[in-house]
Amino acid sequence: MQSKYLIVGSSHAALEAATAIRLIDADGALTLLTRDARLPYSPTILPYVVSGRSQPDNVVLRDEAYFKDNKIAFVPGADVVALDPAQSRLRLASGETWQYERLLIATGAAPMLPKVAGLKDVPFHVLRSMDDAINLRQAIGQARSAIVLGAGLIGMHAAENMAKAKIAVTVVELQPHALAGYFEPKASAIIERTFARNGVTMLMGQTFQSVQRQGAGCLATLADGTTVAADLLLVCTGVKPNTGFLDASGIETDAGILVDDLMRTNLPNVWAAGDVAQARGFWGGKVVNGILPNAVEQGRIAGAGMADDAGVQPFPGAVPLNTYSFFGQQAISVGRSGGPGSEVAEGGSEDSYRHIVLKDGHLVGIATINDFVDAGIMWQLILRGTDLSPVKAEFIANPQLTGRRLMSQLWR
Amino acid sequence: MGKCFNTLQFHASRCDGCGDCMTACAQAKAQTDDRRYSRIQILPRTDGEGVELALCRQCADPICVMNCPSGALTKNADSGVIDWAGGKCVNCLLCTAGCSYAGIVYDAEVGHVTKCDQCDGDPACVKACPNEALEYRTAARIFNEYADMEDMFCRGLSACHGCNSELLIRHTMRMVGPDSVVACPPGCIPGMGTVGYNGQTGAKVPTFHSLLTNTATMLAGVKLQFKRKGREVTALALSGDGGTSDAGFQSVSGAAERNDPILFICVDNEGYMNTGMQSSGVTPYGSWTSTTPVGGEMQGKRTESKNLPIIMTMHNCSYVATASTAFLEDYYEKLKKAIEVAKTGMAYLHVHAPCPTGWRFPSGMTTEVCRMQVRTNFIALWEYDPANGLRFTHSVDKPQPVVDYLKMIGKYRHLSEKQVSHIQHTVDDKIAYLRQLTQVAAERRPVAAR
Ligand SMILES: Cc1cc2nc3c(=O)[nH]c(=O)nc-3n(C[C@H](O)[C@H](O)[C@H](O)COP(=O)(O)OP(=O)(O)OC[C@H]3O[C@@H](n4cnc5c(N)ncnc54)[C@H](O)[C@@H]3O)c2cc1C
Ligand code: SF4
Repeated sequence: MQSKYLIVGSSHAALEAATAIRLIDADGALTLLTRDARLPYSPTILPYVVSGRSQPDNVVLRDEAYFKDNKIAFVPGADVVALDPAQSRLRLASGETWQYERLLIATGAAPMLPKVAGLKDVPFHVLRSMDDAINLRQAIGQARSAIVLGAGLIGMHAAENMAKAKIAVTVVELQPHALAGYFEPKASAIIERTFARNGVTMLMGQTFQSVQRQGAGCLATLADGTTVAADLLLVCTGVKPNTGFLDASGIETDAGILVDDLMRTNLPNVWAAGDVAQARGFWGGKVVNGILPNAVEQGRIAGAGMADDAGVQPFPGAVPLNTYSFFGQQAISVGRSGGPGSEVAEGGSEDSYRHIVLKDGHLVGIATINDFVDAGIMWQLILRGTDLSPVKAEFIANPQLTGRRLMSQLWR
Repeated sequence: MGKCFNTLQFHASRCDGCGDCMTACAQAKAQTDDRRYSRIQILPRTDGEGVELALCRQCADPICVMNCPSGALTKNADSGVIDWAGGKCVNCLLCTAGCSYAGIVYDAEVGHVTKCDQCDGDPACVKACPNEALEYRTAARIFNEYADMEDMFCRGLSACHGCNSELLIRHTMRMVGPDSVVACPPGCIPGMGTVGYNGQTGAKVPTFHSLLTNTATMLAGVKLQFKRKGREVTALALSGDGGTSDAGFQSVSGAAERNDPILFICVDNEGYMNTGMQSSGVTPYGSWTSTTPVGGEMQGKRTESKNLPIIMTMHNCSYVATASTAFLEDYYEKLKKAIEVAKTGMAYLHVHAPCPTGWRFPSGMTTEVCRMQVRTNFIALWEYDPANGLRFTHSVDKPQPVVDYLKMIGKYRHLSEKQVSHIQHTVDDKIAYLRQLTQVAAERRPVAAR
């Protein structure tokens, strides 16, 4: 089989690349190969499938009519196992091969399992695919107690779902705080308190020493020797890029596939974007920024480059960004929570929180809880390096309004 | 061809920050006067210099939609509006991360994101604005209806930079279509290549270069001959104001009086611009031209322009209308009627074509100049037919002072205050006269169509 444009993956990075290609080249053969058996959906929706708020068949990002109208061949159930760049060829698990002129790798990431004695012998769940979500939802329906290993976004979402399903949940996290990658300790403390108030046992600075089977569930022994038993174990201790099939390809990787500012890899005619790619960090270095908006932006850039779009804009650099809802509350963080030479302005009340980081009059980061700011505007202010000195006091007092006033005049 | 959509336009310079639009939006969307619920936000600039707007732009490449993991956001293929499906939304706020304009924001009171939906094509904010600072622009329809029609001219007509004649004739001929014959007397339109040059044709339909004096009569004859041969064609004249109002007038007047079945379009750039900017019968009072210079003796043209479209109504021909390329929807309506009318009688369209070269204004300002002609009542948009008389097709109420228009244009730069106030008087008089004609039309008994 062959396709002028070949994309591996069918999630955000892949879909936006396809859109960008079709803006320039309406007819060139375009194929999406994806391991998943379903129509495209977002991993980000999975916690809501677990909770029952969203139905698996109601969260489709593109349907068959879309693929037909846009002359895109969508090939589900296609597990890519090898890339031969010299022949411009991919091989699938089925043995089928695909020839390409331009290839995008948008295979995202997969759950990373911690090295815990006994883990491979106990039944446990992860959450990355729709099947994972459906299985977890079923398991929650039957369990009375659960352990969530890892207090990142996925773990916290799942713990909330479980608590709402009246399950006794224990969250075990190695870091001293929940969501340590996204929020600084004070903010995390507010979130942890909310979880505790809703009956979730938050064991921070703890980890599994070992785990063993107990009945249909498991019994975990923690680092301090205490034990926790549960019917259900969910492991969400981070993710790793899906690069296994590239091992013999000669593609350069570090924490992910290394790409330049146009999402090109070291191999000719091969691009990479999204959770699988390691691209410029806004504050230097190269980083894997595993968030949805990042996959969207990188996918767009890769697609534009693949179709020789003269207007392709280089990637400005990854900025961490998170919008997180928990128990009806909103936490937002954009950028960094500190850094050398920066000054911090804090605000907030009993149940709200605001943390603004400025350096030389420029916004470096902002995090809020129950104090809505427009993440997109904050992101732009950081990317553009907008000088906030003339409005610093106003910005600190009211970042939402001042941000809107600034962007409404700056967008031109 | 892609689709074009209606859009909300904001004129920051006309906004006084009263916030009535926000109140109207809050009422329409949240049944409250509390402006925090408004989806349109008028914001003071941080430098104190006026106001700006935060509002969903209904982007063509909407990042909010791309960022949405639930499929709750979609760009509506018919309206262009970014639709939000509350039943699918999971409140993850990722859409807000995709917007640089605060066009989609989280509303803590209602507990989900909100955005402008253009009130299903009838925006409450626009109606509430007392200053016409918000406009709901519906000209997208024109693109959608006509963009796929064949362009009847070759590429690269050589009109001056910024001239709207090319826009006008391409739009016109798209609608007139291939079954047509075009007559062009000497002037800018043949000059820009419409009649072709170096042995090449410029148009895809038969085009002939008539004389200044005989365009209308020749065209009427050609139309008759086609008719004899059993072919239905639109006989179209694309003439300048000189070819219509001065040397060409006797033949135009004769054709109008006989009600010959032709469509005569006068492209009025207020003078003989092609030959070096000489004054014509319709050049307005005060204009600098090469024959009405500015010096010790003269301060631009001393006499008034003759009101050619009104004169045409006096012939009782089947249809007469004025038009401006800044109001293309209005023009298209009139053109449609004129094409229909020209099958049996004479249709006359008088379209204004400000000339960046001869009037001396920046070439990027043409459409703005066209718009100001109408906004100041310097020209009025109206239509006439013998059965219904004259009616305005664009409001002449609340005009801007004519000086706002005059000061945009080099040929009026020398005007004294006295001259400006004279022009203002003439404009007011002309509008008063037109109003009377609309009154006459309203009061008299309808007459049978000829
Ligand atoms: C539970 C959960 C919650 C999340 N919540 C948020 C959030 O709130 N905010 C946020 O910004 N981000 C969130 N994320 C992260 C976000 O979903 C990802 O950043 C985003 O999906 C990355 O998109 P991607 O296209 O790079 O890769 P992915 O979405 O991971 O998609 C990878 C695609 O590649 C395919 N694939 C993989 N390997 C192969 C192969 N060998 N052969 C063929 N196909 C293959 C897969 O089938 C899939 O279609 C969350 C993720 C999860 C799992
Ligand atoms: S808040 Fe709703 S509309 Fe916005 S991205 Fe999330 S699911 Fe989509």
